[in-house]
Amino acid sequence: MSRTSLPRPRRVLPVVAVAAATALTLAGCSSSSGGKKSADSAADASVGKASTPRMTIAMVTHAPSGDTFWDTIRKGAEAAAAKDNVKLIYSNDETAADQANLVQNAIDQKVDGIAVTLAKPDAMKAVVAKAEQAGIPVVGFNAGLGEWKKQGLLSFFGQDEAVSGQALGTKLNSTGVKHTLCVIQAQGDVNLEQRCAGVKKTFSGKTDILYVNGTDMPSVKSTISAKLTQDKSIDEVVTLGAPFALTAVQSLSDAGSKAKVATFDLNASLISAIEKGTIQFAVDQQPYLQGYLAVDSLWLYKTNGNYSGGGEAPVLTGPAFVDKANVDAVAEFAAKGTR
Amino acid sequence: MSMTRQAEPAVTSPPAPGPHETDGRTTERPLAIRLLARPEIGVFLGAAAVFAFFLITAPPVRDGASMANILYSSSTIGIMALPVALLMIGGEFDLSAGVAVITSALTASMLSYQLTMNVWVGVIVALLVSLGVGFLNGWLLVKTGLPSFLITLGTFLILQGVNLAVTKLVTGNVATDDISTMDGFDQAKKIFASSFDVGGVEVKITVVWWLVFAAIATWVLLRTKYGNWIFAVGGNKESARAVGVPVNFTKISLFMLVGFGAWFIGMHQLFSFNTVQSGEGVGQELIYIAAAVIGGCLLTGGAGSAIGPVFGAFMFGMVQQGIVYAGWNPDWFKAFLGVMLLGATLINLWVSRAATRR
Repeated sequence: MSRTSLPRPRRVLPVVAVAAATALTLAGCSSSSGGKKSADSAADASVGKASTPRMTIAMVTHAPSGDTFWDTIRKGAEAAAAKDNVKLIYSNDETAADQANLVQNAIDQKVDGIAVTLAKPDAMKAVVAKAEQAGIPVVGFNAGLGEWKKQGLLSFFGQDEAVSGQALGTKLNSTGVKHTLCVIQAQGDVNLEQRCAGVKKTFSGKTDILYVNGTDMPSVKSTISAKLTQDKSIDEVVTLGAPFALTAVQSLSDAGSKAKVATFDLNASLISAIEKGTIQFAVDQQPYLQGYLAVDSLWLYKTNGNYSGGGEAPVLTGPAFVDKANVDAVAEFAAKGTR
Repeated sequence: MSMTRQAEPAVTSPPAPGPHETDGRTTERPLAIRLLARPEIGVFLGAAAVFAFFLITAPPVRDGASMANILYSSSTIGIMALPVALLMIGGEFDLSAGVAVITSALTASMLSYQLTMNVWVGVIVALLVSLGVGFLNGWLLVKTGLPSFLITLGTFLILQGVNLAVTKLVTGNVATDDISTMDGFDQAKKIFASSFDVGGVEVKITVVWWLVFAAIATWVLLRTKYGNWIFAVGGNKESARAVGVPVNFTKISLFMLVGFGAWFIGMHQLFSFNTVQSGEGVGQELIYIAAAVIGGCLLTGGAGSAIGPVFGAFMFGMVQQGIVYAGWNPDWFKAFLGVMLLGATLINLWVSRAATRR
């Protein structure tokens, strides 16, 4: 052992001691309830993998980053890609022009198939035609129920936002409420506006729209309370995303309102709220299914020439309602963030 | 250096004679005028005008519970506006303040959940992370000499991406898991997100913290050496350094104060909503800066107060909720908000100009 290495153990020792002490202290701070340990259940079922040649599929959406709903779509797409031996290129941009650029980017990469959302169909028209000219099969999903056929897409998987809004409005009619408040978390967002417009169309009572600042939860909470105080006749709050529904429940108690809460989309906490009865029901357009089917259909088309709906009819993925009666069947999957 | 800091001499003599009798330049101006010249008074009048306006046009505002709601909304802006204002007096911006709130909440939530720890472990680590982000901002600033606008724009984008990517990596989702059943949650909720009863009205605890922090910030600014340093580094960095003010220390610590504020509001969000969405917080930094500027803090630094941003945040909360209480067409919401804020700021400006001109 050389001299220079001698001082080392002395320096290491205190570090080890501190680390050990920290570890011990932290161990003493373990939570006895909740947390990951109690949530860890059976791992995802392992699936087989197709032996077809590796192909590349691009999925281009108009999703904002970090949105739970779109994250579920992406998970569905990834599951299908893993099964079908597909390399999935996922990209998203809220701006129509930028979304079109992303499709162009996929064409330039010479992908084997493109799955695209047509939230702003006119802006996508030219680039979709370009993809078709280049011989790349294109399927639509989520948004564009009225447009996909005109643009020559192979298939369409989804549930138009307006249609799911209308379904929710119809469901509300059966519960006997009179005055609905539809809470939009991003003013001017086409899909969100369509959902509320759909509710307004079929709901027989009065429908009001409230805009909240979706990036700031405390202000969402106080703005909904403010509205409930301002108009005491509101007996139903409809939110357009699961986290906002849970916040609305807090607003109700702040404002002393007796209104009920219904929402679009699911997540794990929302499921337990439905079980507890604090939230009436959720309308689910099965985003996982949309992502999964979009990728899987392109694989089928490439390997066996099939296309769902025969280019004529869309494949509807919803609306599916989740309420107290069927919540148990969904709970397990929502906890994993896939339903 | 700053008029807001100068102690007002007690007025013992009768009001100064009018300009007809003497040369007005040398006379003591009346107390009312001198008060009006203070930036806090301008914003106070602006806030009072907005308040009176909604009191008349929106009947639900007259209710105690509505007032508590407005104060709550203001407090969540106001707690962050305070350190942002101090930083602005010290001559710097922090564009990362909005997403830093979410970074802090995500850290606490994911750490306690993933390691199944008492939530206090997460809370303390989140504090260290927040202070660390503030330190990084300040350290980069003093080391590179680049404008804080650029540096914090960088950290803003970095944090925005890290929030999303790390959450996805750790939880597999874009939102954190519910921690409300974990040990220590109820205790932490009492501190960060509880409410108490005042004459039948539920008041949120953040309102109390807001006022406590404002009082501390005012005391620090007006009565301590550190307060002097803040004004000095914001006024003229070189001359401040020449007279022995530790410029680097002051700037870095101001950024760390913003980190502290972000931690506090982050913890409030976590313990009132149980989960955090990784994409939130974007755009909030501008609201904090707006509250500070409406509150009379100069964008160029060197002048301002801690009490002004309190009124600035109140004005913002009042307008934001008042529009809803008034039941106006929601399509115009953002436009109303802008017009009201601009109007209130103009009142503020006009009052202080009118008062200083005479």
